[in-house]
Amino acid sequence: MKKNSNKGLQVEEPLIFEQSSPGACGVDFPEMEISKNKLGGNHRVKPIGLPNLSEPAAVRHYLRISQKNYCIDSGLYPLGSCTMKHNPRLNEKMARKPGLVDIHPLQPQSTVQGALELIYVCSEWLTKLTGMPGIAMSPAAGAHGELTGLMTIRAALEDRGNPRKKVLVPESAHGTNPASAQMCGYEIESIPANSSGRVDTEKLLGRLDKTVAAIMITNPNTCGLFEDQIVQVADAVHEIGGFLYCDGANFNAIVGRVKPGDLKIDSMHLNLHKTFSTPHGGGGPGSGPVVLSKELADYAPLPFVVKTDDRFELIESAEDTDKKPFGRIKGFHGQFGVFVRALTYMLSMGSDGLRQASGDAVLSANYLLAQLKDDLSISFEGPCMHEVLIDDRFLKDTGVTTLDFAKAMIDEGFHPMTMYFPLVVPGALLMEPTETESKKSLDNYIDSVISLAKKAATENTKHFKDAPKYTPRRRLDETAAARNPILRWKPEKNSKNNSR
Amino acid sequence: MIKYTKQHEWVAINDGDEKATVGITDYAQKQLGDIVYVELPGIGVKVNKGDEAAVVESVKAAAEVYSPISGEILEVNENLADSPELINNDAEVNGWFFKLVPSEESELEELMDKEGYDKYIGDLD
Repeated sequence: MKKNSNKGLQVEEPLIFEQSSPGACGVDFPEMEISKNKLGGNHRVKPIGLPNLSEPAAVRHYLRISQKNYCIDSGLYPLGSCTMKHNPRLNEKMARKPGLVDIHPLQPQSTVQGALELIYVCSEWLTKLTGMPGIAMSPAAGAHGELTGLMTIRAALEDRGNPRKKVLVPESAHGTNPASAQMCGYEIESIPANSSGRVDTEKLLGRLDKTVAAIMITNPNTCGLFEDQIVQVADAVHEIGGFLYCDGANFNAIVGRVKPGDLKIDSMHLNLHKTFSTPHGGGGPGSGPVVLSKELADYAPLPFVVKTDDRFELIESAEDTDKKPFGRIKGFHGQFGVFVRALTYMLSMGSDGLRQASGDAVLSANYLLAQLKDDLSISFEGPCMHEVLIDDRFLKDTGVTTLDFAKAMIDEGFHPMTMYFPLVVPGALLMEPTETESKKSLDNYIDSVISLAKKAATENTKHFKDAPKYTPRRRLDETAAARNPILRWKPEKNSKNNSR
Repeated sequence: MIKYTKQHEWVAINDGDEKATVGITDYAQKQLGDIVYVELPGIGVKVNKGDEAAVVESVKAAAEVYSPISGEILEVNENLADSPELINNDAEVNGWFFKLVPSEESELEELMDKEGYDKYIGDLD
């Protein structure tokens, strides 16, 4: 099949406000006859500023902008540290069951026993897969989970009399980790990576003292490598009375193979929208349950579901439990619709299927690594885990930058990889293929990456500087957008556009 | 006298002058790319050598700017709020970040001079 053969029907799509034509409307309402209202003169008399469009014009507008959206359903999405994997349609089918959709969080508990059981069973799967006894289901996404985990650690330390001051974060950890620790009131100390792309354990251990509340480690880390010193790190931080937080964003690489509880981790969030196949990105919402060790389990935030002899009970108040919840971090019970999808995924995969998925994800990444290593510069020797880290040494003296390379990928029909992250290496290109892709799909991608690398090596700089060529917009002026953002549409002065 | 740090800050002080000026180097602005936002320290704040004193954000990355020496912040470059491009255009003169009154002049001796810094960045490339 010829690549990039579909270009002709790329249409320009103005904003819906710019398409407004006076008087156009989807439906004809009868003229309202209101002789008198009870608003005491406060009723609106001016137009409210809605665009005037016919129904087909409105339908076309939204369909066209949806077609400009690149998503996992349109093709390979190798965004590193993001686990962009297929969202099985079975998940969606289950999440649309009337009994799960047509309920309200304020309904009497006796009428939503099935929903409470679903949250309970979902949490049981997650604690079993991680080998950790406690769980907080309500955090809304990954970074929210990090914050929740740290607040749990803080609550436990306060209970002992001193919340402590510092959190140590390796450079190989996720970028949101320091921000979460700061939000929780801690000072951050950054720990460098060693030459193998893992945390420099010697430096890390050297910084440990009784002012350290926690270490935040990401495992596997953002270099796509397993932090093999993690048990030693856990022992050392426990020794000084601190806790080990693990960012579980990359859990997809180890599900069913490694239990974080066995690594002596105290607290870890799980991104249901990554590892457990629920929609990720614009299609969200995300969900970031936090699993907790025995030492932290009692401090998990409200609400939580407990199982009694004959029913499931939602504990919503600290008075109803002998545990020590630190409070509440989200309205209602968390992202229920996402729990439905994640549980559907776990039940349909089964424990053997989950184990195979993590193996396949790692195999895909290692296949990329093996195929790309001669033409690109692999940062750290493999085998890798779920993602491959490449730096810009292969572009040295070509005049092509990481950014140019990523833009050129768009012309090849692929969503670019993560770029310039992690900061551990210069000009990073981070690729995570996930288990979703077939060998054929990976081969296609590999062909494009290698042909671009060869093109860069032969000094075909223009090809890269001109990219992307086949998109509705070429290079956007990111600098102007950041320095002078236009955040809302306003009609042009003297315009005849009378949106109402 | 201008001195440089390994984190790519420069600090300039004239003989007999009581305040030192701090900014990031031309090499640093090139690495960062187009700068779009700068967060400056509060006036009167006391910083220690190596403390995070400012934050600089470009289209590519956000980075901390560490104070090369200890002292009290006397003045900040207000022009950077509206014109962060000053740093890209003229990092080592008009793109300065803040001025401070040094509390430990001897700290300056621990930093690199121009020749030492040029060699240092030469080795990085």
